[in-house]
Amino acid sequence: MKIYSVADNITSPLGITTIDNFEACLNDETGIKTIENSDLYPTSFLGGLIEKNTFPELFQEDKYTHLENLFIHSIKDALQKAPEIDEGRTALVISTTKGNIDLLAPTYKGEMPAERVLLSSLAKTLSVYFGLSHSGVVVSNACISGVSALLTAKMLIETGQYDHAIVTGGDILSEFTISGFQCLKAMSDEPCQPYDTDRKGISLGEACGTMIVSNQHPIEKEDRPMIEILGGGQANDANHISGPSRTGEGLKNAIKRAIKASHISIEDIDYINAHGTATSFNDEMEAIAFDTLGLSQIPLNSLKGFFGHTLGAAGIIESIMTIEQMRRNLLISTKNFKNMGVSKKLNIVEEIIPEFKSTYALKTTSGFGGCNAAIIFQKYGN
Amino acid sequence: METRVLKYAEINSSKAIRNGEVVVDNPSQLIAKEYFKEIYMALDLKYPKFYKMDGLCQLALLATEMLIGDGDYKGDEIAIILGNKNASLSSDKQHYAAIASKENYFPSPAVFVYTLPNIMLGEICIKHKITGENSCFMMENIDADFLHTYVSHLFEADNYKYCITGFVDFTEENYIAKLFLAGSVDSSDSEATYKFDKTFNKIIP
Repeated sequence: MKIYSVADNITSPLGITTIDNFEACLNDETGIKTIENSDLYPTSFLGGLIEKNTFPELFQEDKYTHLENLFIHSIKDALQKAPEIDEGRTALVISTTKGNIDLLAPTYKGEMPAERVLLSSLAKTLSVYFGLSHSGVVVSNACISGVSALLTAKMLIETGQYDHAIVTGGDILSEFTISGFQCLKAMSDEPCQPYDTDRKGISLGEACGTMIVSNQHPIEKEDRPMIEILGGGQANDANHISGPSRTGEGLKNAIKRAIKASHISIEDIDYINAHGTATSFNDEMEAIAFDTLGLSQIPLNSLKGFFGHTLGAAGIIESIMTIEQMRRNLLISTKNFKNMGVSKKLNIVEEIIPEFKSTYALKTTSGFGGCNAAIIFQKYGN
Repeated sequence: METRVLKYAEINSSKAIRNGEVVVDNPSQLIAKEYFKEIYMALDLKYPKFYKMDGLCQLALLATEMLIGDGDYKGDEIAIILGNKNASLSSDKQHYAAIASKENYFPSPAVFVYTLPNIMLGEICIKHKITGENSCFMMENIDADFLHTYVSHLFEADNYKYCITGFVDFTEENYIAKLFLAGSVDSSDSEATYKFDKTFNKIIP
């Protein structure tokens, strides 16, 4: 059975549709800004925030939280682009790491009931809002959650339970995560610089992304290239809970599993959208894994310089950006990368490559808990 | 070949039970931290890292030890697929408490690294050198239907030999771990095992 990506949305500080976000990246814009807001952190810091003043249309419904409003907008926009979807045959798969964590703050003064902090309540809220028969599943696998969610959706369709799935991922920029990554000394005081010799850590961003996947590809959309979700794999480092394996063992295994599940060989990969968080250890680990697998010549980019690390959204918005690059036959630059800062050779995309056709693209992610996930997309036609 | 449940283990606030046999009793209703220490001692675990973990990870680690501690289950042919309700709520509250005052702002890395539900899976993988897929799904109660679908697909599509599945959830007041070891076994060899179907959770009464 073939599973296709049929519609999508990206909601980030750069825009509230996939097209807006893609154009912003082509124009080398970034959502990462200096933020001075003592509700988020005592001192100024760098991050990506979806401002109410910039996008008032996203936050019209008081009975929903900040994150729920982002999810609602993102899903609504994606569904509008897939009117053919039968909602009775549609699964809902949600990816998030911290959900409505802002409601748990001791300083929270709002009126949302406490159970809205439960990640499973997000599924309930969104399923009811969109009138779905499926009550929704939530996957919370740290930074790989988005790719895990896409693979979970693929599984739910392959087992015949559903024909389509709404796969949506999001996380907010909260004091909880900012203070946490600050205390781990993982946050950069400059916009993050993936794979660069001067990289100092991550920039956090808030975002939400939605991909509609289906076992049918609508005829009316045949003017644009079809994208199939070919296969994926996940693996654990079994090494450390908050740092990657030095040798990239888990990432290598996840990629090998994805290649096997996709029935292709490693030489078929045309393009890699990597995790590239800009921490010293992550980027080095990825370089070792890609090099060992013989992928060091394959054009590779990280989009964290545009969006920051968007946690539960990352795997989904970066998969959407991967697909959009495949459709447009081009590759986006790795923003803020200047000088090679990893020990193994990587073919990092430094400037936009305007003519680049990829038939098979690999998207990878790695996260706390030692988890790694890889997914492969195939493009049909020109 | 057929997927069967090979073993099961449960930790609730009054008993720790392995394949139906009580391993540790908690008649005096010790608080979670003390009770988990009792189970740790009873299992004769020598794993000092245990004391660094938060309640959720301790609970998951102990239940896994009861489930597979005496066997050789490691490597990339074993997956872990767990359900959970309250995520890392207990550590989340602790992290928030450390940043509640702007004048006394001391978030701790030792707490923050436990503020994700899937960390318990990472801890299990480290202890048992399990390198297969692991995923954490959020649900109010054990959703055996979903877990069965997901785990069955792993056996069929990805050729796993074993999978630890079930539900582990922790708050200081209320906690439960129900774990099952599903394995791909020869159909003729199913005597000492249990049916793995959409109601596999009923194996633990």
